[in-house]
Amino acid sequence: MSKITIPLGPQHPALKEPENFMLVLEGEQISGATVNLGYNHRGMEKAAESRTYLQTMYLLERVCGICSHSHTTTYITNVEELAKAEIPQRALAIRTLIAELERVHSHLLWLGVAGYEMGFETLFMYTWRDREQVLDCLELLSGNRVHYSMNTIGGVRRDISIEQKAEVSRRIKFLEERTRYYIKIGTEEPTVAARTANVGMLPPAVALERGAVGPTARASGIARDVRKDEPYLIYDQLDFKLITHNTNDVFGRLVVRVLELVESYKMIHQILNNLPEGPIAVKVPMKIAPGEAVNRYEAPRGEDIHYLKSNGTDKPERVKVRAPTLANLQSVAYMLEGGWLADVPLVIAAIDPCMSCTDRASVWDPKKGKMALYGWEEMRKLGIEHYKKRGVNFSGL
Amino acid sequence: MIKPARIFSEVIKHLFIKPATSGYPFEKAKIMPNFRGRIDFDSPKCIGCQMCVKVCPSKAIEIRLAAIQPPAPAQVEGQPVVAAKRKFDCFMHLDHCVYCAQCVETCPKDALIMTQDFELAHTSRAALTRHYK
Repeated sequence: MSKITIPLGPQHPALKEPENFMLVLEGEQISGATVNLGYNHRGMEKAAESRTYLQTMYLLERVCGICSHSHTTTYITNVEELAKAEIPQRALAIRTLIAELERVHSHLLWLGVAGYEMGFETLFMYTWRDREQVLDCLELLSGNRVHYSMNTIGGVRRDISIEQKAEVSRRIKFLEERTRYYIKIGTEEPTVAARTANVGMLPPAVALERGAVGPTARASGIARDVRKDEPYLIYDQLDFKLITHNTNDVFGRLVVRVLELVESYKMIHQILNNLPEGPIAVKVPMKIAPGEAVNRYEAPRGEDIHYLKSNGTDKPERVKVRAPTLANLQSVAYMLEGGWLADVPLVIAAIDPCMSCTDRASVWDPKKGKMALYGWEEMRKLGIEHYKKRGVNFSGL
Repeated sequence: MIKPARIFSEVIKHLFIKPATSGYPFEKAKIMPNFRGRIDFDSPKCIGCQMCVKVCPSKAIEIRLAAIQPPAPAQVEGQPVVAAKRKFDCFMHLDHCVYCAQCVETCPKDALIMTQDFELAHTSRAALTRHYK
């Protein structure tokens, strides 16, 4: 049978984000897949350099709409490490609480998306309805559903009152009951099994080789979780299990996420019951001493890494974000090979991709068939030309 | 262990419970008491220190001297002249604002107030710049 190459994307391959997958097809079976990144340029890392440390925090919160707390916490841990600030225990506990609530909301969102991709829209509707409970918890504690802005340099911005504690645990108890039902559906419903079992296989050896992180790695039986490997915040004081599964397929990723929900509920109750007393923030000076810091964080999608370089002023010199999807995209190419065309959206969605967090721009020259990167000078020249066409002249700047 | 029709009992149960969605534009939306909405300004409290302008991550606030200044208080005999308190106006660019409420936290005189107002959509861009006097 002759081979045909079809492009999937960049107009939403699985989710509504631009990324391109070139699939080599033999009939309906995929014999080769390439992932092409480079459709998104937001210039956030550069923009961070012209803002103060506090302003950069609000900018980096907007790297991702789902792991907003993950990115700020990682960034702020770097800043606090460079400023040598002692963060109060209560602030760390509140940060951990928001982090776990965020994981619950992200995993429920993923479960809905997976239901949608496998053609099981009832599951999508139910999980997204129940996800509102955890979003309400986040709004109650922080003042916003999506960009919580709970962190500040030196601690957290809002304290938790007794009434809020009671309200959060009431809603979490409701979610625990619902999650028990989703575990039943996920493991026993034939629709789910038929669409996910033996789809998107990723053997442990390949997962290790390609550096998979988060639930994608854990579903291949690799016990890899920053919360256990290198505990940050107050994870060393909490009692929770590291969930792994050994089926190596999309079904395994579903099971890992659903069981992680249960662990997160357990942690939320532990934190709410033993919230340490004391202040919620300390003062940190505007100017940060020169130095470099790197920190890791277990975001709902996997390991998130931030690098920060300071130069003694009130603005960072370099910020670098490595979102978890970048690590997992290498595995997607492998998972797609040998599979069926109809399973592609589900396999891509199974790593819970967040393309805009991952992507940096690159330039593709179709005449030469080459990929190129722009330097600072070229970027500046292009920017000036672009605005000249619109009638604004920036060449004097 | 495959058990078909796991979802049916749940579907039937859902026939008898009321919808999870609210009829928002016709019904009042439920907002949490600490929701971060539009920022309001209390001019008499403002001292024009510009702290909020410096701290704003999206350059959404401008604090300017008001066009009409209040008159100086009448001089009391035997006491030095008291200078008039300067009045400041606030220009809030709602299209820039990210509603982080950092300015409210930074303001040393509590001149900026966080409200729960969220219905801010408008058809003209100019109307998104609010002038608080």
